[in-house]
Amino acid sequence: MLEIKDLHVEVGGKEILKGLSLTVNAGEVHAIMGPNGAGKSTLAYFMAGREGYKHISGSVTYKGQNLLDMAIEERASAGVFLAFQYPIEIPGVTTMTFLKTAVNAQRKARGEEELDAVRFLKLVRVKAKALNISDDMLRRPLNVGFSGGEKKRAETLQMSLLEPALAVLDETDSGLDIDALKIVAEGVNALRSPDRAMIVITHYQRLLDYIVPDKVHVLSNGRVVRSGGKELAMELEETGYGEISASAAQ
Amino acid sequence: MAVQETVETVEETGKYKYGFTTDIESELAPKGLSEDIVRFISAKKDEPEWMLEWRLDAYRRWLTMEEPTWAMVDYPKIDFQDLHYYAAPKEMEKLNSLDEVDPKLLETYEKLGIPLNEQMLLAGVAVDAVFDSVSVVTTFKEKLAEVGVIFCPFSEAVREHPELVKKYLGSVVPKSDNYYATLNSAVFSDGSFVYIPKGVRCPMELSTYFRINEANTGQFERTLIIAEEGSYVSYLEGCTAPQRDENQLHAAVVELVTMDDAEIKYSTVQNWYPGDEDGKGGIYNFVTKRGDCRGARSKISWTQVETGSAITWKYPSCILRGEGSVGEFYSIAISNNYQQVDSGTKMIHLGKNTSSRIISKGISAGRSTSTYRGLVSVHRKADGVRNFTQCDSLLIGDQCAAHTVPYIESNNPTAIMEHEATTSKISEDQLFYCRQRGLGEEDAVALLVNGFCRDVLQQLPMEFAVEAQKLVAISLEGSVG
Ligand SMILES: Nc1ncnc2c1ncn2[C@@H]1O[C@H](COP(=O)(O)OP(=O)(O)OP(=O)(O)O)[C@@H](O)[C@H]1O
Ligand SMILES: [Mg+2]
Repeated sequence: MLEIKDLHVEVGGKEILKGLSLTVNAGEVHAIMGPNGAGKSTLAYFMAGREGYKHISGSVTYKGQNLLDMAIEERASAGVFLAFQYPIEIPGVTTMTFLKTAVNAQRKARGEEELDAVRFLKLVRVKAKALNISDDMLRRPLNVGFSGGEKKRAETLQMSLLEPALAVLDETDSGLDIDALKIVAEGVNALRSPDRAMIVITHYQRLLDYIVPDKVHVLSNGRVVRSGGKELAMELEETGYGEISASAAQ
Repeated sequence: MAVQETVETVEETGKYKYGFTTDIESELAPKGLSEDIVRFISAKKDEPEWMLEWRLDAYRRWLTMEEPTWAMVDYPKIDFQDLHYYAAPKEMEKLNSLDEVDPKLLETYEKLGIPLNEQMLLAGVAVDAVFDSVSVVTTFKEKLAEVGVIFCPFSEAVREHPELVKKYLGSVVPKSDNYYATLNSAVFSDGSFVYIPKGVRCPMELSTYFRINEANTGQFERTLIIAEEGSYVSYLEGCTAPQRDENQLHAAVVELVTMDDAEIKYSTVQNWYPGDEDGKGGIYNFVTKRGDCRGARSKISWTQVETGSAITWKYPSCILRGEGSVGEFYSIAISNNYQQVDSGTKMIHLGKNTSSRIISKGISAGRSTSTYRGLVSVHRKADGVRNFTQCDSLLIGDQCAAHTVPYIESNNPTAIMEHEATTSKISEDQLFYCRQRGLGEEDAVALLVNGFCRDVLQQLPMEFAVEAQKLVAISLEGSVG
């Protein structure tokens, strides 16, 4: 599904990703953990195609294609989804309108029939309900005045409607209370399937109790310094990043 | 006389999809303006003597006036002698039913997306279509007549309802009001007349469609709407013109009058040809629109979506005379490429406890400039006046400009005025976010701009709101990347 090889990326004239490699197969869920400033969000943004990131060397291959050749919206329609660590406010555009526009833009790009208002409404209602998102929230402009937790749930709703093949969740658990965390995790788990892959960026082992990962990676100073099974997350919880980062630096 | 060729079909005209011309024989007045031309127009319309005198008086006043220069627009001097002041599709004059209309004309209207047939009834819209200078046909006149509503071409009103026309014409926009209004008073060719009797809620949306087809023609419509006590009407005006290299002049006058407890909702979707990417061609749109809330608790609401014209000079205004009357102005003005827009409103508070609300959304892209010019004035004796003004500007790219020029003249200490203004840009983050969800760059801009305009779009009648949203997207094509 995704193969990243020896990736070097600069931001603001400074090298942030320094030879990062990562392979994620279809059907797998990978967790990425690591200290603040390690480059986790940088990796996520770079994969999504955000401007301001300079590709120095290395490759990113998605479903056999060079992901870096594709425009931002092409990546999206091809199934790459990023749940933002800090979702963006879209004034005046209701959540409902935004969702419909996005879903239909992707369907159109893939040559599929666009959903009419009635069919779309039905679909949203079902998905929103599962995430405990009220009709009122759907009628409000997207992310405007949403609480931290509401924003994260709105991101999850978008993901569950867009049904991406590769979802990158950047700290979707941050700012969620325990009930919301369970709901979001259920939303994510519902999407797990043999032909989908997910990358879950998190600081908390707790999330991984609900979304059980196939692999856990530690990202530090722009590189994956350790990989392991879900027990690695437990170990980190106890020891912190200090030791791993230090041993990797040598 | 000129025979135009239909050079392009709707699809082929590219960016401006209304840029086709219609191959139809026209009767044109000779170029230029003189007393003879004024007489010619009046004679063409079979007008009574008083109407001719009114026009001639306006013409003589116009000769003494000077073209205004205070607006923030820049254009080569208009040669008023190089224009035709009358153009009519030939053989079009006395029509009784749709079947008699030249099929080519009907085809034009179809291309414009206004099916001028029974479908309109289903949609609940009555249409008066003005093609160059002549009102072609008014649909659903009979249905309206049942409830006493008069909706007809202006020229017909002059002949058949002279007492109403005499009473109200020029009573809101005086003959000598301003340069363009005075010109219009002298040479206006047609337009719509609406009369809603006491207590009647007009059973359908009324709509006029203006189109300039002929080259080198000025279009000077005159619209007069009177809402008697306790009545209500919603009126929509739409405009397009063919794509031409030379500039065309449009100088309309609209007068609205509301009596006690009456309400007029006037919506405009203006999509005149704006000129090409290099600023060549396009309509000069110099319009005087004014409403007079004569009665107590009456209300006039202007909603406009301005996407077209090379130059727009337009200030729909309300004179709030009746006690407790309400004036509203909701505006979206989009300028792209080399377009220049100077628009806004005037709220003149004369009566006690009158209130006004102004929401203006200006969107500038390309090398365009957009100016909001608003005046809120409060008369010495008008106690308890309230005004709320919100002017938001959105810039796309860094070669365009937006200006806000609010004037407040308050002569009464009890007035409460609120003014908010913002200028913003579409942020890279917003674009990235939308594109990450699958929207192309232009679709993302259109969505964000529509979001920015939401407060105003909500004021439009449903079916036109959808149309307006599409128009927003079309007019911003090519503004990013
Ligand atoms: N535009 C920029 N200019 C300069 N430095 C930047 C820019 N954007 C990010 N950085 C730097 O890149 C580094 C990696 O940031 P990134 O957001 O990827 O970290 P992260 O691993 O997601 O951290 P966190 O856990 O706090 O979310 C940080 O040191 C950050 O300051
Ligand atoms: Mg981060």
